[in-house]
Amino acid sequence: MQERFILKVEDLTVSFDGFKAVDALSFYVEPNECRVIIGPNGAGKTTVLDLICGRTKATAGSVKFHDQELLTMREDQIVNAGVGRKFQTPSVYEDLTVFENLELSYPKGHSVFGALVFKRDTDVRARIKEIAETIFLADQLDEKAAFLSHGQKQWLEIGMLLIQDPELLMLDEPVAGMSVAERKKTAELLNRIIQDRSVIVIEHDMGFVADIATRVTVLHQGKTLSEGSMERVQNDPKVVEVYLGH
Amino acid sequence: MQSSAFLSRKEMIGFALLAALIFIVFPMMLDSFRLNLFGKYLTYAFVAVGLALCWGAGGILSLGQGVFFGLGGYCMAMFLKLEASTPENTSIQSTPGIPDFMDWNQLTELPVWWQPFYSLPLALFAVVAVPVVFAFIIGVAMFTRRVGGVYFAIITQAFAAILTILIIGQQGYTGGVNGITDLRTLLGWDIRTDEAKTTLYFVNGVLLFAVLFAAQYVRKSKLGRLLIAMRDQEDRVRFSGYNVANFKIFIFCLGAAFAGIGGAMFTLQVGFMSPTLVGIVPSIEMVIFCAVGGRLSILGAVYGALLVNWAKTTFSESFPELWLFGLGGLFIAVVMLFPNGLAGVWSEKIEPRLLALLGKAPADKSAPDGAPAE
Repeated sequence: MQERFILKVEDLTVSFDGFKAVDALSFYVEPNECRVIIGPNGAGKTTVLDLICGRTKATAGSVKFHDQELLTMREDQIVNAGVGRKFQTPSVYEDLTVFENLELSYPKGHSVFGALVFKRDTDVRARIKEIAETIFLADQLDEKAAFLSHGQKQWLEIGMLLIQDPELLMLDEPVAGMSVAERKKTAELLNRIIQDRSVIVIEHDMGFVADIATRVTVLHQGKTLSEGSMERVQNDPKVVEVYLGH
Repeated sequence: MQSSAFLSRKEMIGFALLAALIFIVFPMMLDSFRLNLFGKYLTYAFVAVGLALCWGAGGILSLGQGVFFGLGGYCMAMFLKLEASTPENTSIQSTPGIPDFMDWNQLTELPVWWQPFYSLPLALFAVVAVPVVFAFIIGVAMFTRRVGGVYFAIITQAFAAILTILIIGQQGYTGGVNGITDLRTLLGWDIRTDEAKTTLYFVNGVLLFAVLFAAQYVRKSKLGRLLIAMRDQEDRVRFSGYNVANFKIFIFCLGAAFAGIGGAMFTLQVGFMSPTLVGIVPSIEMVIFCAVGGRLSILGAVYGALLVNWAKTTFSESFPELWLFGLGGLFIAVVMLFPNGLAGVWSEKIEPRLLALLGKAPADKSAPDGAPAE
């Protein structure tokens, strides 16, 4: 029997010196759902992701992933439980090659001893090659990540998440700062990788949102303004006023 | 393609050149006094290699490596001192059979924590274990709280100061500001003769290569690449599912172990251990050895330790008061002009020209790790 929700966020609150960036927020993500979070600048979108993945400590509330409380876990424990996170600015290891970037994200040899004895066996190589093809970087495996274009770095980071194979994938503005051609390729890539897993995406590109979203949550001042299908949200007068209107 | 071999051809040549230098060129060219001096310089290379991993690869700058060097050196010195303090040798003391400085400080019996140092195996174990345990405690306290960068450097420097003050203050137990001196024999073998010093030089060289191979293994392992990743994007490493603190603790402890071995070899070759080798100034000098050699290169670190110490001896023989200015100037020059040190100069400037002269196409541009020019 499959559980109803993979992620349960309840009464999640974080306060920075009295300012509530996220205020008693609750939402639920189903297995295989693609949830898009939209909202004006400063609505707390990125903070919500930071709270789920342990980068920011919550003031109150609960985040349950498969009934595991994430708020008390360390970042690496949350990742190993199956939650992957992509940052807004591409964060890859610039001094390492594309191959090495992917290798470090391969979910094996994550203890000190494990890393010391980790071997690049055929499984690892095959998997890295497979991922590199998916993210259009098969020809750049030996290139240092520093020499990649902005779009390629974004793809590499998506690849680093893919190789982790998380059950819940969180993407923060994956198509921001891309050229039109890169954007199209990325949308295609994302459409492929959001299959068979739950995804939370922060995005501003409404065309892209309409394309991928199962459901949309609109955040405003740390609270849910509206939630539901893209169609419903787009026609919500409150949403039009604070966000879509301009 | 991805080079997963333990040593690439280029690195093999670098290791071979250094081995030839240490095991053949130096012993043939230097008299036993100078050879012993170079042996002393090479004990600092142990520390510099550890720093190349901690600081160069992992970005963890420790300004307190002298602590670990000193702890290793003191563990060795305590064993040698006990061996030298036989009741016959110390019969003029009011309490014969204990180290002389204890007698001068009115101690009438050997403190309990000195007892294990009657045993050579325990003392050798302590040479590595004491620095590692100390580094582990500092590492757990700092890295799990995510203290890093400049703050970590300052705290390690404070530890260097604290240990020096502690050693000087606890004269009766540590020999105070004079340190532990008048060391004579190791299991009956007189370490003060020229032959013994030459033998110890070679033992030191072999141990240094053991440490270099260990460092090379770490560098080539996934852990080595993780260190570089942590240096650049610590957060990303965390979100790739690694407990960053554990890796930092490991590499810091490894650097401490290397430094401890170096300290013990220093004691054996030089014949004493004192707080002047533990404190802030020597700790910073050790960082300079590593910086001059090229902090990304473990072989560069060895050359840096050799070159700076050789320059120190040469200059301070002629201009003793100017040396510190020279050292400061050298450090500034390296930071401003050659951020990758000698190894960087070699792999960026000299090697391509050398290859061009030999009529070869430039080889792969892998990480700078060659032997710098003589």
